[in-house]
Amino acid sequence: MTLLSVRNLRVTFPTRQGTFEAVRGVSFDLGRERLGVVGESGSGKSMTGRAILGLVRPPGRVTADRMELDGQSILNLPERRMRRIRGRRISMVMQDPKFSLNPVMTVGDQIMEAYRLHAGGAKHAARDKALEMLRAVQIRDPERVMAAYPHEVSGGMGQRIMIAMMLAPDPEILIADEPTSALDVSVRTEVLNIMDRLVRDRGMGLIFISHDLNLVAQFCDRVLIMYAGRIVETLAAKDLHQARHPYTQGLLNSLPRLDAPQDRLPVLQRQDAWREGDTITQSLDTEFPGGL
Amino acid sequence: MNQTRRDWLLSDAPQTRAQARWGSLYQGWLTFRGNTLAMLGLIVLVLLIGMAIFAPWLAPQSPFTQDLAGRLQPPSAEHWLGTDALGRDILSRLIHGSRITLFIVGTVALIAPVIGLFIGTVAGFAGGWVDQVLMRITDIFLAFPKLILALAFVAALGASITNAVLALALTAWPPYARLARAETLTIRHADFIAAARLQGAGPLRLLVKHIWPLCVSSLIVRVALDMAGIILSAAGLGFLGLGAQPPMPEWGAMISDGRTYILDFWWVAAMPGIAIFIVSMAFNLLGDGLRDVLDPKGAKE
Amino acid sequence: MAATDIAKGQGDGRSAARRRRARSVSGTLLSLALTMLGLLLITFIIGRVMPIDPVLKVVGDRASQAQYDAAYQAMGLDRPLYVQFARYLGDVLTGDFGRSISTGQLVVDDILRVFPATVELATLGTLIGVLIGVPLGVIAAARRGGIVDQVARVVALVGYSMPIFWLGLMGLLVFYGILGWVGGPGRQGIIYDGMIPTVTGLILVDSLIAGDWGAFQDAFSHIILPASLLGYFSLAYISRMTRSFMLEQLSAEYITTARVKGLSERAVIWRHAFRNISIPLVTVIALSFGSLLEGSVLTEIIFSWPGLGQYITKALLSGDMNAVLGGTVVVGTCFVLLNILSDILYRVLDPRSK
Repeated sequence: MTLLSVRNLRVTFPTRQGTFEAVRGVSFDLGRERLGVVGESGSGKSMTGRAILGLVRPPGRVTADRMELDGQSILNLPERRMRRIRGRRISMVMQDPKFSLNPVMTVGDQIMEAYRLHAGGAKHAARDKALEMLRAVQIRDPERVMAAYPHEVSGGMGQRIMIAMMLAPDPEILIADEPTSALDVSVRTEVLNIMDRLVRDRGMGLIFISHDLNLVAQFCDRVLIMYAGRIVETLAAKDLHQARHPYTQGLLNSLPRLDAPQDRLPVLQRQDAWREGDTITQSLDTEFPGGL
Repeated sequence: MNQTRRDWLLSDAPQTRAQARWGSLYQGWLTFRGNTLAMLGLIVLVLLIGMAIFAPWLAPQSPFTQDLAGRLQPPSAEHWLGTDALGRDILSRLIHGSRITLFIVGTVALIAPVIGLFIGTVAGFAGGWVDQVLMRITDIFLAFPKLILALAFVAALGASITNAVLALALTAWPPYARLARAETLTIRHADFIAAARLQGAGPLRLLVKHIWPLCVSSLIVRVALDMAGIILSAAGLGFLGLGAQPPMPEWGAMISDGRTYILDFWWVAAMPGIAIFIVSMAFNLLGDGLRDVLDPKGAKE
Repeated sequence: MAATDIAKGQGDGRSAARRRRARSVSGTLLSLALTMLGLLLITFIIGRVMPIDPVLKVVGDRASQAQYDAAYQAMGLDRPLYVQFARYLGDVLTGDFGRSISTGQLVVDDILRVFPATVELATLGTLIGVLIGVPLGVIAAARRGGIVDQVARVVALVGYSMPIFWLGLMGLLVFYGILGWVGGPGRQGIIYDGMIPTVTGLILVDSLIAGDWGAFQDAFSHIILPASLLGYFSLAYISRMTRSFMLEQLSAEYITTARVKGLSERAVIWRHAFRNISIPLVTVIALSFGSLLEGSVLTEIIFSWPGLGQYITKALLSGDMNAVLGGTVVVGTCFVLLNILSDILYRVLDPRSK
């Protein structure tokens, strides 16, 4: 049932002042579920996603006691073997489609490139697949969009194109790194619903990286809270309000609530003690919440 | 350097403005010192300046004394770099020539950025039609091929070192004007300018006291990077006979003298070329190092 | 959120660039006309400052005062400056740069005769610069800090620091004087001089048209050294620019996307990043070609190359101002046209500008 298993993942960068640890001992398991990773900027949540895909460029270093995809280690694989995993088995949707789509290639070419790389096959088959994927992300006029350049589509449509492109080779895991932060509020839910439905229908694992606690609670089954490169708390999404860690509580209290209005929202007071402490492992083996 | 002074310089919380200023200079120096090639460039240039200052004492012979019997001699113990077509010692001429090179480069590097700074900041600060007109003029000068414009200037004014300097300065200022204008536009609406204005500072005071100092560091980087180009252009003018006139030992003109004998007496033309190459290389290395210190954004190119 | 700030900045920059490119054609033409007007004004002023008396050049030293005055008036020198400038404008627009004092020919004819030699040299030089400089810059950026990057850095540094005329002399000494691998100064050996009928004015092309293989080889052996020399300077510039463009693109998000897809590094670099830099590279190449037209002045002198640079310099030394100004206007015009051309190409190639 476990798709991805990570133990004691560390990402370090050498700097003039010594090594900087962006991720410091992260452990979790991912099944066919929707796993939220929440934290503020610099908490190491994006770097965790990139480390899984083997996208940490030198001089950055990735170490782990274990990083397995379907029981096979994918830690520091040679580039050639890693390329067969990227896109085909694990894929990623990034923050802003304005920058994550190649500005001088048509949308169609970019989707077909992703598909043909892994499925091979004739050009017209790739074209049919691309059209099918565009329809799957509810783009009404897929023929026209295929020929369009990224600057000609809106942000919401761009992100749907990204999702179509990244899901075209049928990966098992999708990492969504702040997929809606750059979008207008009005289209966020729509894009999320499309992504959610596709991930469920295909029985994929989703790692949803966000800084938005409420959003994650709404769309995920389980939530990891990260702070300063480590996981400080793991919770089922429905139990979020029972969070025990002071950081999580602080995050929750700093959000306005309609049912409990406050004159002044408390400011999160960070404590150095949160940076250290035991790595969270106890909740790793809990049953995956239902619904899948 | 003793420990306490170093601490004073590197303090996180400077007590006075002077300490902050010296501290940041020292930080810059530490960065610069870490760049071996830039240090090499600096050393070469310090040596060059020393050579120019002490030329009469360093040069083994007079740069002008002719010895037709001993003309076109290859490098030897007596004439380390050989002699030219009039029997003059090439090493001595090179040593004296460093004065001319430094004079030309120094003057152009002083005039052009000042013109550019003035035009650019006035254009950026005034805005409106003043900006339009000044930038249009700048664009026209930029559209010109620089060397040919300089050639035409010198041709019109007559060949001499002064005119070569003028021509080079007249063709070199437009990029500085562009740069200074861009800097001015980014700081024109900054809060500290508004604050100074509220304190009653007039436009002239704003320009001189607040805007110019902030444009200077990026201009310095640009100047340092342009120095090599100025040396090469100056040598080119000298080579064409449009700069220093004989018998002055200008390096470009010396190459031109040796051109006739290139196939049989290669050293006459080769030696001054090597000198030009070393000096402009030193300026390039220095410029790279300065850019790392003063303009960290541009450092990654 | 520093990342979003940067992203926003880029967004603004892009839309500004788009607006700039979307400037109407009439705007471009207007700015072209203004620049040309300024260019002519400057050459006109230079012509007026010239200490050499143009009248004396025409009538000679021994002319009487009456002859002198007549010529003075005939040349319009008694009229106000703006009238003279208007006349000058009219002359230039009709292709009349006056007569060259040293060759006795119309300046425009002289320029038409010598310009192809310069174009041939600059074209071949740019070709060398592009064919070596672009791959060098791409590889240097892709393997940042690697051996190729170090080599490219040294090559560029030396290129930026070397006096071109000196390198030409040394090249002539080594490859012609000592090794004898290339033809010497000039465009052709004596036996082929004037043997090839002029069609395009480019000797390499003309000799092929004439089907004279020997003449082609001869011309090639003469042009290869000066062209390589110019090519080296072009290469230094192009490889540096290519490298910095590539580094900028390689840090863009869409490159991460391409890697996430599982593309090979080669596809990431050439299919994705390179396609994005090919558009600004066009501008760089055009600029480089322009600077070779200019940089050929010194090279042509060294190699006795009968081109525009040599023509201008010779005219300059003999005080032949008509020829100097004519040549300056032609090179300046080429610069302006190259700028416009690269602007147009930018618009055609970049899908964002449509």
